[in-house]
Amino acid sequence: MALKGAIVVDTERCKGCSVCIANCPTGTIALSKEVNSKGYNYLYMANPDNCTGCTNCATVCPDAVITVYRVKL
Amino acid sequence: MDIKDIIKPENKVYGKTPLLKDAILHYCPGCSHGTVHKIIAEIIEEMGIQDRTIGISPVGCSVFAYNYLDIDWQQAAHGRAPALATATKRLMPDKYVFTYQGDGDLASIGTAEIMHACNRGENIVVIFINNAIYGMTGGQMAPTTLLGQVTATTPYGRQADLNGYPLKITELIAQLEGTCYVTRQSVQNPAAVRKTKKAIRKAFENSMMKKGTSFVEVVSTCNSGWKIPPVQANKWMEENMFPFYPLGDMKDR
Repeated sequence: MALKGAIVVDTERCKGCSVCIANCPTGTIALSKEVNSKGYNYLYMANPDNCTGCTNCATVCPDAVITVYRVKL
Repeated sequence: MDIKDIIKPENKVYGKTPLLKDAILHYCPGCSHGTVHKIIAEIIEEMGIQDRTIGISPVGCSVFAYNYLDIDWQQAAHGRAPALATATKRLMPDKYVFTYQGDGDLASIGTAEIMHACNRGENIVVIFINNAIYGMTGGQMAPTTLLGQVTATTPYGRQADLNGYPLKITELIAQLEGTCYVTRQSVQNPAAVRKTKKAIRKAFENSMMKKGTSFVEVVSTCNSGWKIPPVQANKWMEENMFPFYPLGDMKDR
């Protein structure tokens, strides 16, 4: 059974600390080149096909900016 | 499958709890405080005790904790959160009372308060954030600073002959008769976050069973104070802090 996930990032609250990127087992996420209004490079799904919706990124996020969605295929 | 088909309310598996307010946390990027705030908010939501929880915020970076968690708060003088929590819990025994303190607050100026509150066995929860430094004031040496660690006031590293030894306050507190649950956790990866959540939940449940004080230390990072980026700070913590501050339960009865 395959799992497919996706995340939604609250880009205005994201501070670009990268703790989530270090804990992503599938290399889905990265920091964007653009910055938010506070000047932080925010998180985005660089490889959305890899995401399994494991919630690791959201669990370690200090600012609770990540919402995780998951479906069973 | 298209991302738009995945992002639907019925597929949501994890998101920000409504107990965390919309205010943007003032903490530095990657600060462990945010993660611990989130854990506490999730536990309070899961236990359904939002209207029965009173937090005591300390002096330090987390002084503004009352801006982020949608529960009742009281702010204590520096180090005196356990004294305030004692009064609150004794006056309102049906409330869940917890203090949230850093190492500069709990292990330095508030040593007397925490020792005696734990020794009396007050039915409160103490959440102790140990990042081995005074974060708010600019990274000065704290009682918990490791030997050899460079801080603003120990530019050549902490030396035992000049600055004394790091204080393992949690081990001291574990010896006291009044405590029922003493543990040390961390929040640098998902497994650690889940363990910490379990520990804090247990502490909250203990406080209603009149078993004594529950004390949860969270070994944390202060990447601004340590002057290393967040991800490397987590690694530094694993390599340097964990050998001196080993994780695990010290007491559970």
